[in-house]
Amino acid sequence: MERIVIAGFGGQGVLSLGQLLVYAAMYENQYATWLPSYGPEMRGGTANCSVVIDAEKPVASPIIATSDTLIAMNKPSLDKFQMSVKSGGLIVINSSLITDKCANTAAKAVYVDANRIAHENGNNKASNLVILGAYIRHSGLFPKEVILSTIEKVYASKPQFIPSNKACFEAGFALD
Amino acid sequence: MTTVFEKTSFLTDAPFHYCPGCTHGIAHRIVAESLEEIGAEGRCVGVAPVGCAVFAYNYFNCDMQEAAHGRAPAVATGIKLVNPDNIVFAYQGDGDLASIGMAEIVHAATRGVNITVIFINNAIYGMTGGQMAPTTLLGQKSTTCPSGRSAQVNGYPVRMCEMLATLDGPSYIARCSLADVKNVRQAKRAVLKAFQNQKEGKGFSFVELLSTCPTNWHMSPVQALEYVKNEMTAQYPLGVFKEI
Amino acid sequence: MTMEERRLMKGNEAIAEAAIRGGCRFYAGYPITPQNEIPEYMSWRLPQVGGRFIQAESEIAAINMVYGAAGAGARAMTSSSSPGISLKQEGISYICGAELPCVIINMVRSGPGLGGIQPAQSDYFQTVKGGGHGDYRMLVYSPCSVQECVDLLYDAYDKAEKYRLPVMILGDGMLGQIMEAVTLPVMKDPSTFPKKPWATDGTGVGQGRRIINSLYIVPDELEAMNKKLQKIYDDMCANEVMCESYLTDDAEIVITAYGTVARIAKSAVDMLREKGIRAGLLRPITLYPFPKAEFQKVIGNDSVKELVATELSMGQYVEDVRLVAGGKKPVKFYGRSGGNVMSPDDIAAFVEKEVQL
Repeated sequence: MERIVIAGFGGQGVLSLGQLLVYAAMYENQYATWLPSYGPEMRGGTANCSVVIDAEKPVASPIIATSDTLIAMNKPSLDKFQMSVKSGGLIVINSSLITDKCANTAAKAVYVDANRIAHENGNNKASNLVILGAYIRHSGLFPKEVILSTIEKVYASKPQFIPSNKACFEAGFALD
Repeated sequence: MTTVFEKTSFLTDAPFHYCPGCTHGIAHRIVAESLEEIGAEGRCVGVAPVGCAVFAYNYFNCDMQEAAHGRAPAVATGIKLVNPDNIVFAYQGDGDLASIGMAEIVHAATRGVNITVIFINNAIYGMTGGQMAPTTLLGQKSTTCPSGRSAQVNGYPVRMCEMLATLDGPSYIARCSLADVKNVRQAKRAVLKAFQNQKEGKGFSFVELLSTCPTNWHMSPVQALEYVKNEMTAQYPLGVFKEI
Repeated sequence: MTMEERRLMKGNEAIAEAAIRGGCRFYAGYPITPQNEIPEYMSWRLPQVGGRFIQAESEIAAINMVYGAAGAGARAMTSSSSPGISLKQEGISYICGAELPCVIINMVRSGPGLGGIQPAQSDYFQTVKGGGHGDYRMLVYSPCSVQECVDLLYDAYDKAEKYRLPVMILGDGMLGQIMEAVTLPVMKDPSTFPKKPWATDGTGVGQGRRIINSLYIVPDELEAMNKKLQKIYDDMCANEVMCESYLTDDAEIVITAYGTVARIAKSAVDMLREKGIRAGLLRPITLYPFPKAEFQKVIGNDSVKELVATELSMGQYVEDVRLVAGGKKPVKFYGRSGGNVMSPDDIAAFVEKEVQL
């Protein structure tokens, strides 16, 4: 079971990043839940979602107290959620917007200059896919090909975004 | 023997429960005759209100629904949307329509939903025993304004036709009186027109009928008719307020 | 539409789609968070299947439009969240009095008053004890997952029409917003639905007139009506109870919860089991009828030392649990409110701290 908290500003693709993971799980016949924060705090403020993926059995609690992974797209999100990551867990940090170092030393921190990489790969809005690439590489949650085909299926109605989205994902995946 | 007059087939044989001198009976007959004349038999649903006309479902010879207080236009909207070919009408009093059901009537009207609403305005809550209605005249006594309605204390009587006529939705809005034969004939023409409008798909139509309540007005039936003719008609002028 | 489909859907959207596949052809509602996806979905989807959507001027008008449409024979639905459901109570009582089948969704938010928009379960009393006036009951489902929403909604109209009463879905903001993969069943064919000779379809004349009504002025007639309704509710209690038991056979601690909280509690059970504590879960799927026999069976188990009722309110559901426990086993209570949701860790910690084994 993998419990992931994804958090950032509204507009950073936080919710859609979580949905991509749940789509991938569905296509792989795994079980998954996606639970967003909702309400006024979404308007120009922080957005976050909780994703739980289980390869074997239906997900019980969609609520995450202790996470296996945190994806922090901005500083308030890192501050708020990093201490809830379990010992030995993973914290993926968007270093384009977060200059702090991770304070949870029991977890593994991965720093990704996501905004710059997204820009270089032709899609300023796809920093979330760069982060996704880095996360998939470090977690091994799904094979790379599963995410690539998920991007194709999910963006089938907006085919113009598929090449740059895939490029951003690949660029994040290629980082050490 | 020759038949010179027959009751309309759109009224059942159930005897009316209305008080002596009440004009609900006349209003019922006008509505029923109009429904018969436009050929609504077998394709009609009426909605009865809460108030004196609550038992209207016993009198009209068609499918009927009894609505919660003030909600008849919403109920009629639901009925009409499910079967748009049916003739659907709501029959409401002044407390039902102009007080507790003000939101429902205004929105049914502005939506222009193709139903017909018959509004019985007798300026009093009859069923509950003569309390002040939204249409009670200034100075008129009721059990909740025992020294007469005062603008300062109770606010002003509301004119529904004038208000609804400001909306784009309605196709026909008229006010008539049931005070004498001439006016009853005029009322019949208006109600018939309202139902014809619905049949022709023109949209929301509304007829207000100035009516009596001798019991709660503490008047004889004749005095009550005079009160409609003189006092009520002064506050609520007769006429067609909208017609398209 | 003629085949089953696998889709990723929000709870609110899945409820709307499953209702339509189960025959819903009329929807009236009014915007309120956190259920807005339901009217939004209905507004484009219903016309595709020949149904009608209407945004009402108020919750009051919406439930009365449902009254009219259901009375005219349509499979009708409305949805709202707590403050809006309070406004609908008048209409719900009339619908029960007039014996009209329909479906009502409550995606509960925290109260009282305007409260908040985050998940809560504080409308339990209002829902299962009758939020409107008079002696009436509804069939109340409490799904815990998006798939269960679909499964229950799909057959909800069949149940509503069998008993001629509203089926209410008691969800919460979490259930409405969560996304999960679901299998959608095939569209039911409306021509196969049972006929409704009582419906005011406009064709009634003379002896064949249909009257939809809840007014009974003569006391004996109204009492007879109430007895008839009670008989229907008794039949429903005998036939419609649904309940899930999880690891209760050898359990010493039985946690009980409904809806989304039961999922959280299930994770807590797993956590406790990993620590060697024999915990189990009892989850009512129908809140009315309440699964009394299932509770009595578990309460009668010698292994069971204590029950823990947990819910997103200050203590409503727990009263029914204590009623059925009848003092035979102690029942502890753990509740959160205001839109705060407990985690599995919270429930497990409560059990470890409060329950003596």
